[in-house]
Amino acid sequence: MEPSNLALFWAGVIAVAILLYTILDGFDLGVGILFGTTNDEAHRAKMMGTIAPYWDGNETWLVVIGAGLFAAFPDVYAVFLGAFYLPVLLLLLGLIFRGVAFEFRFRSERMRPFWDWGFFLGSMLVTFVQGAAVGAMIHGVPVTNGQYAGSPFGWLHPFPIFTGIGLVLGYALLGAGWIVLKSDGALRDWAYHRIHWLARAVLVVLVLAFALTFDYSVLARTDWESRRWGLVFPAIGALALVGMAIGVHRRRDPLPFWMTVVFFASAYLSLGVMFWPYMIPYSVTVAQAAAPDASLQFLFYGGVVILPVIAAYTIGVYSVFRGKVGKGYG
Amino acid sequence: MDFDPAFLSRIQFAFLISFHIIFPSFTIGLGAWLATIEGARLATGNPLYRRVFDFWLKVFAVSFGMGVVTGIVMAFQFGTNWGVMAQKTGAIQGPLLGYEAFTAFMLEATFFGVMLLGRERVSPRFYFFACTMVSLGTMFSSFWILANNSWMQVPVGYTIVDGRIIPADWREIVLGPVMMVRWPHMLLAAFLTTGMCVMATGAWYVLRGIHRAEARVMLHWGLALVAILIPMQLYFGHLTGEYVLKHQPAKFAAIEARWKTEQPAAEVLFAIPDEANERNLFAISVPKLGSMIASGNWTAKEVGLEEFPKEDRPPVLIPFFAFRIMAGLGLLMLAVSWFGNFLRWRGRLETTRWFLWAMFLAFPSGFIAILAGWFTAEVGRQPWIVYGLLRTKDAVTPSLTTGDVMFSLVCYVTVYAVVYSFGLYYIYKLLHEGPTEEAKAIPGATASRPLAFADSAETATGSQLQDGA
Repeated sequence: MEPSNLALFWAGVIAVAILLYTILDGFDLGVGILFGTTNDEAHRAKMMGTIAPYWDGNETWLVVIGAGLFAAFPDVYAVFLGAFYLPVLLLLLGLIFRGVAFEFRFRSERMRPFWDWGFFLGSMLVTFVQGAAVGAMIHGVPVTNGQYAGSPFGWLHPFPIFTGIGLVLGYALLGAGWIVLKSDGALRDWAYHRIHWLARAVLVVLVLAFALTFDYSVLARTDWESRRWGLVFPAIGALALVGMAIGVHRRRDPLPFWMTVVFFASAYLSLGVMFWPYMIPYSVTVAQAAAPDASLQFLFYGGVVILPVIAAYTIGVYSVFRGKVGKGYG
Repeated sequence: MDFDPAFLSRIQFAFLISFHIIFPSFTIGLGAWLATIEGARLATGNPLYRRVFDFWLKVFAVSFGMGVVTGIVMAFQFGTNWGVMAQKTGAIQGPLLGYEAFTAFMLEATFFGVMLLGRERVSPRFYFFACTMVSLGTMFSSFWILANNSWMQVPVGYTIVDGRIIPADWREIVLGPVMMVRWPHMLLAAFLTTGMCVMATGAWYVLRGIHRAEARVMLHWGLALVAILIPMQLYFGHLTGEYVLKHQPAKFAAIEARWKTEQPAAEVLFAIPDEANERNLFAISVPKLGSMIASGNWTAKEVGLEEFPKEDRPPVLIPFFAFRIMAGLGLLMLAVSWFGNFLRWRGRLETTRWFLWAMFLAFPSGFIAILAGWFTAEVGRQPWIVYGLLRTKDAVTPSLTTGDVMFSLVCYVTVYAVVYSFGLYYIYKLLHEGPTEEAKAIPGATASRPLAFADSAETATGSQLQDGA
C-alpha cells in the first residue's frame, strides 16, 4: 500500500519537527546536564543565560509532534504512547520539573539547591528516556490490531539503556558546543574541555552498544539492496566528528556546535533509511498509520498557515538573541 | 468499582484535566478583561487603567504559563491511557485537538509576545490590537477543545469504516448545534470566573485600605461585568440542559436523580441518591416542577433511569451534586453582583464591610462552578467515552496494567502538588502585593516564558548577572 501525497506531506512535517526538536531541545537539555557537573554559581547562571530565551520555545516542537501525530497518524500516536507509557510519564514529569525549576531557581536562595537538582535530574531523565526510546524502536515494537502488544517494560533491554546513556552524552556534547558558541572567557574554556572527553565518550558508548548488546537480526528487516546510498549518512556523521576535533583543536567557536548538529542529523537520517517505510518499526507503515485524506486535508489548511508562522517566529527569536550572551541582547 | 486500568485512568484524567482547566478558563477571562481595560485606557487616556492593566498582565502571564505546563501533559493522555479511542476516533479528534495546539502556538508566537514585551515598541493602537488578538486567540483555543468535547458528547458528521470512526462532514463536526450552545456556555463561565476574581481582588484592597483608586476600578468593573453576564449564562445553561434532555436522556435523569418515569414529574431539590437501591434518601422535592423545568409545562412525562438498561446508566451521585453546586453558585453570583450593584447605586458599596468580605470570599465561585459543570458533563456521559459509539471501558490502552496507572497517578499527584503550590504561591504574592509598579521588560524573556513574569524583572531570569539589556 502506497501512502497518499497528503500522508507523505504530514510524515515529512513530523520528520522535520522531530529533527528540529532533537537539535533545539537537545542543546538546552545538554546545557541542563552540564549544569549539574559544576558547582560554580557564576558558570551556572551564565549557562542558564545561554538558553533562557529559547528553551520553552524549543519544547513547543514536542507539542507539535504529539498533536501532529494524533491528528495525522493516530495509530502511531496510540502505539508509541502505549508502548512507552512509563518512559513518556518520566519524560513529561522531567520536562515539567525542569521548566519550573528554570523559572523558580532565581526566586529563592533557600530553595535554590532543590530547583538546581530538579533542573539537572529533569534534564538527565528526559534525555535518557528519549535515547532509550530510540534504542527500543531500533529493536522493533510488537503490535497487534493497531495496539501495542508488549509488556510495560518491553522497552527495557541492555541496548536501549546504552542508547539512553549515549544520548545523555550526545546532548551534553551538543550543549557544550552551544555554550562555546554563546559564551567567552572561563566558561568557554570549561566547555571546550568538556567537548574533548564527551566526544570520545559518545563514540565509546556507541561502539559498546553495537558490539555487546545490538540484535543484528533486526537488520534483515530492512531491504538494504535498494538503499545502499543510505550509507552516505553514517559517512557524513564520521566526517562531522573529524570536523568537531579540528574545531576544538583550533578553537573555532562555531565548529563544535554545528558539527555536532551535522552528526545528529546524519544519525537521524541513517535511522530514517533503516526504518522506511515504517513509522513504528517494523509493524506500522506510513500508509497504514495515516488518517483518511478527509482528516489530512482538513488539517492541511491550518498547517500551511501555521507552520510558516512557527518557522518565522523561531528564526526571529534566534536572531534577536544572536551572538554571545552579554553582547547580543538588544 | 474495581481498581482496574480503566477506572484508574479515569481518575488520572479527571485529576489532570481538573488542575489544567482552572488556568485556561482564568486566562480566557483575563485576556478579554485586559483587552477591555486597554480599550478603556486608549479611549480615555486615563493612566489609572494602565496601572490596572500592567498588574493583571503579570497575573495573566503566570497563569498562561501554568496552563501551558499542565497542557503539555494533556496532549499525551489520549495516547498513553486511551489508546483504543485514539486509534478509533483519531481521524476526527486528532485534527480538532491538532488545531487547538496550532492555535495556541500561533497565539504564543505572535501577539502574546507583543503584549508581554512590546509595549514600548509598537503604537498604542497596535498594542490594543495585539491585546484583542490574544483575547480572540484564547477563545479560539477553547473553541477547538469544546468542538472536540461536544463531538464526544453528541457525535455527528461521521461514518464508520472498518471499525474506525472517520469524518464525513467537518462542518457538522465543528459547527454542530450542540457545540454552538456549549462553547458560549464555557466562554461565559470563563468571563464570570475572571469577573468574580477581579471584583474580589478589588474588595480585598478596599478592606485592607490599599490601592484605593485601582481597587475601585476592579470592584466596579467586576461587579458590572458579572451582573450583565450572569443572566446570559443562566440562559445558555438552560439551553445546555435542553440538549442534554434531547440527546442524552439518561444523563438528564441522573442529574435529576429521577429513578422512575413520572407524569407529571417532581423536581428533587436535595437528596442523597442511593444507587444500590435506586431511590433517594432524605429527598426534598417539589411536585410538578420537574416537568416544568424539563419540558416547559406542568403535566409532561419525564423519563427515569429505570427506562435504561443498567449497563447504559451513568453514575447518579456525582452528576446530581455537581449540577446543584454549579447551579447554586450561578445563583450566588447573581445575588452578589446584583446586590453589589444595588449598594453601588446607593453609594454604600465601599463602606459596607460585611459585603466587601462576602465579595472577597466569593472569589473561587467561578472556578468551582466550572469544575462542577465539567464533572456533570463528563461523569454524566458515562459509561460512554464517545456517546453511543465507544464505551469507556473499551477505550483503554490494552497493554496498560493496574500497576502502571497507579504509579503514574501517584507521580502526577506528587509533582502537581509541588508545582501547583509554587505556581499558586506566586500568583497569590502578585495579588497580595497589588499594582505597585509597571511591568518591565525582562531581558532574555520571550513570549514563551510567561512564568518569568511571576516576579519583579531583576530576579526573574538571573539576568542581573549579565551585562546586557
